[in-house]
Amino acid sequence: MPTYQINVNGASQTVDVAEDTPVLWVLRDHLDLVGTKYGCGIGQCGACTIHVDGTAMRSCSLTLAQIDGKSITTIEGLSEDGTHPVQQAWKEVDVPQCGYCQAGQIMTASAFLAKNPNPSEEDIENAMNGNICRCATYTRIRKAVQIAAENMD
Amino acid sequence: MSTNNTFNTLNRRAFLRNSSLAGGGLLIGFNLFQACKPKVIAEPAIDLATLDYNDFNAFIKIADNGAVTIFSPNPEVGQGVKTSMPMIIAEELDVAWDNVYVEQGILDTNNYTRQVAGGSQSIRFGWDALRQTGAAAKQMLVSAAAARWGVDPSECTVSEGIITNAAGETLGYGDVVQDAAQLEVPENVPLKKTSEYKIMGKDTPNVDIDKIVTGKSLYGMDYKAEGMVYASVLRPPAFGQKLVSYDDSAARAMHGVVDIFTIGEKLRSMAEENPGVTGIISDSDKVVVLANSTWEAMKAKNAIKAEWEQATKAESTEEHDKILTNLLDGNKFETLRSDGNVKKALAEADQVLERTYESPFLPHSCMEPMNFFADITDEKVHLVGPIQTPERTAGMVSQLLGREVDDIHLEMTRIGGGFGRRLYGNFALEAAEISDKAKKPVKLVFSREEDMEDGIYRMSIKYRIKAGVKDGKVTAYHLKEAAVNSNMYGLVPNFFPAGAIENYQVDTAKYDSNITTGAWRAPYTNFLAYAEQSFFDELAELMEVDKIQLRLDLLDNVKPDEDERIQYSPERMKEVIKVAVEKSGWGNKPEHVHQGFVNYYCHNTHVAEVADVEIENGEPVLKKITCVVDCGIVVNPIGAKNLVEGGVLDGIGHSLFGELAFKDGKPTANNFDRYRLLRIKEAPIVETHFIDNGLSPTGLGEPALPPAAGAVANAFKSATGNRLYKQPFTKTPELLKVPEKEIIG
Repeated sequence: MPTYQINVNGASQTVDVAEDTPVLWVLRDHLDLVGTKYGCGIGQCGACTIHVDGTAMRSCSLTLAQIDGKSITTIEGLSEDGTHPVQQAWKEVDVPQCGYCQAGQIMTASAFLAKNPNPSEEDIENAMNGNICRCATYTRIRKAVQIAAENMD
Repeated sequence: MSTNNTFNTLNRRAFLRNSSLAGGGLLIGFNLFQACKPKVIAEPAIDLATLDYNDFNAFIKIADNGAVTIFSPNPEVGQGVKTSMPMIIAEELDVAWDNVYVEQGILDTNNYTRQVAGGSQSIRFGWDALRQTGAAAKQMLVSAAAARWGVDPSECTVSEGIITNAAGETLGYGDVVQDAAQLEVPENVPLKKTSEYKIMGKDTPNVDIDKIVTGKSLYGMDYKAEGMVYASVLRPPAFGQKLVSYDDSAARAMHGVVDIFTIGEKLRSMAEENPGVTGIISDSDKVVVLANSTWEAMKAKNAIKAEWEQATKAESTEEHDKILTNLLDGNKFETLRSDGNVKKALAEADQVLERTYESPFLPHSCMEPMNFFADITDEKVHLVGPIQTPERTAGMVSQLLGREVDDIHLEMTRIGGGFGRRLYGNFALEAAEISDKAKKPVKLVFSREEDMEDGIYRMSIKYRIKAGVKDGKVTAYHLKEAAVNSNMYGLVPNFFPAGAIENYQVDTAKYDSNITTGAWRAPYTNFLAYAEQSFFDELAELMEVDKIQLRLDLLDNVKPDEDERIQYSPERMKEVIKVAVEKSGWGNKPEHVHQGFVNYYCHNTHVAEVADVEIENGEPVLKKITCVVDCGIVVNPIGAKNLVEGGVLDGIGHSLFGELAFKDGKPTANNFDRYRLLRIKEAPIVETHFIDNGLSPTGLGEPALPPAAGAVANAFKSATGNRLYKQPFTKTPELLKVPEKEIIG
């Protein structure tokens, strides 16, 4: 079994897994970072979204080779204490119902706002359209992203 | 429906008390087996006949330092009860919400009743019990303080967990909790008036919000235990198939694989003894792969070569379509309600309208795929996971393993969506059989594909409605249902317009399929509401009367006092209609806004919805839904609005896109690439209004969903001139276009 060094949430980790193991399962099963969720396994729902060098990507469809030398951020590492403006906005609006997809929604929104801090409504919808919320909290997701945008430095 | 009554039916023996908590404190709950009997005969949203209701208890734990822990008894599936049920207790207990810690209660049949997430009934059934629990505990604490001061309890007041006497001295709940725990549990404790509420009616954030936004372990998928292995199960690829043989040589050689074996024997022998579970148990053996990680288990499962035989028919949507149509055309019906003489009234009618509405199968598509943890040893049966029916599931596992129910310890995790799918604990049974065989702690995980291919689906249904009009009045209404596997039940045949039309009949017929089906959020009404409300619009057009006036006129005929099956209130229905007309600007919109109207009753809740559609590039685009809800007292407005918004959008999304077709016994989609769910760009604005009438709370998880598709269909008709008789609406794109002449004009 190959050994991989990966940089997750600012710390270097060593994992011993098969080379085809998707990053999603490395995070969940091997590193106990279960905030990143399995939803579809084919990059369609966005529940497994993480940041790879700041870009939102679907961890279910990433191999370890694809993140070699790159810096990974998961929901657990987005902020030290849940105070990232996007997390704060999610709390203020009380977005979740079941909550399962919300880590992925937050990771998509935070990567998007870092690159586009003054988005239009259309920009927000385009950015968030890849993340499914089966409970359909979409009206609140829209509002929370807008609030987060206003509060981003 | 008074909300501030005392609770007279409470029985002293019904109280349970345990003052021997580790570390001190008061633990109180009480049995409301008798007290929470509702007025209704049966709520049809879930198959109540298959659920056992025992004792209900709500628990409060008060520490010596005054900290209050409230155990929320029911599964949290996204409907918000883990926040709202403890709010009700905390209100009557009179503590500051900021000092309350909420914990998920485990399955405890001795101390709780109806630990079910289903039928939109948690708050409605719990309302009296939860308030009385809080109020009784408060009275005991006050009595203990009064005794210490040597004053009468009536001289004491309470605010936010601080008891004050006439002299101005104070004691906190924590100061007197040990004494209070020694007291008799009081009966007939007065409850607060709605005007005295400090917690209920205030926006209270989800109690798990911090954990959700920081990715803490909450869900069944996240659960881990020492020595646990992961199970992936190879199931028959098509309904009606059975395992003949399999070759696991390649899979066994793969890294991380712990064991490979089959299950099914115990499940089948259990099903033989319990015909009630046959619908959720496959006849076939299944091949289980145990591995050290989820990925290794799934990968090895895919490497197994299996041979299957088609033991029963391989069915298809095309075939179902013909069968259901034949059932509607035939005469083999069960009549669920019959008033007057529909046949005669139709024969004598001046005008007759008959329309047929069609719906497909739907998967539940919970974002968290099915999963469950089981650790079965000679000493214990430990189950953990997302389940809407923990008590029923524990009972089934006890039968499966031949173990006492009392030996079973079941913990409910937060649930990543239920929508009815997790009423059926077949995945928990599988996990139990696997762990029992492997003698290891096991977590069974479904892939998305398995979740969608091996579902317990919303069945395909067709409705045919025929109405007769004579002398400008609706004189006959005949509703026929043809469904795969099961028909509407409970009070559904008695929903509006039952009681409003002199000659009224509901007939049902079904076809038994080997494809597993079951409850899906707002069973039956999730499609029936659209069919009937589309029909009323068309009937009004035929009669050349105002669409809303037709509904109001029909409601004038309803006399619920004369028929106990009629549970909806014409007055409450008229009120939501009136408010929806006002709030939506019905009839006062600019010409480019096309509106559709619906009113509906289900899950004890009255709802009216108006859809606003505008034409963009020759196509109708849904802009806004105005939703008016009478669910009585709204315990937690911010959570309630979330549920309404989600319910409306769920109804819209599935009516636009939802369809799971079958070919050769297999679903033609198995993941979100080919099965389309609503996304943010397609979600209109939802504006929610609650009727503030101070009446006892009713259901909220489901009732906003059924009307939504009807409002959309009626608005699309207004925009395009096309009536939509078939879901999903996007399957007939030609009907979702404005006729060209109108664009040019």
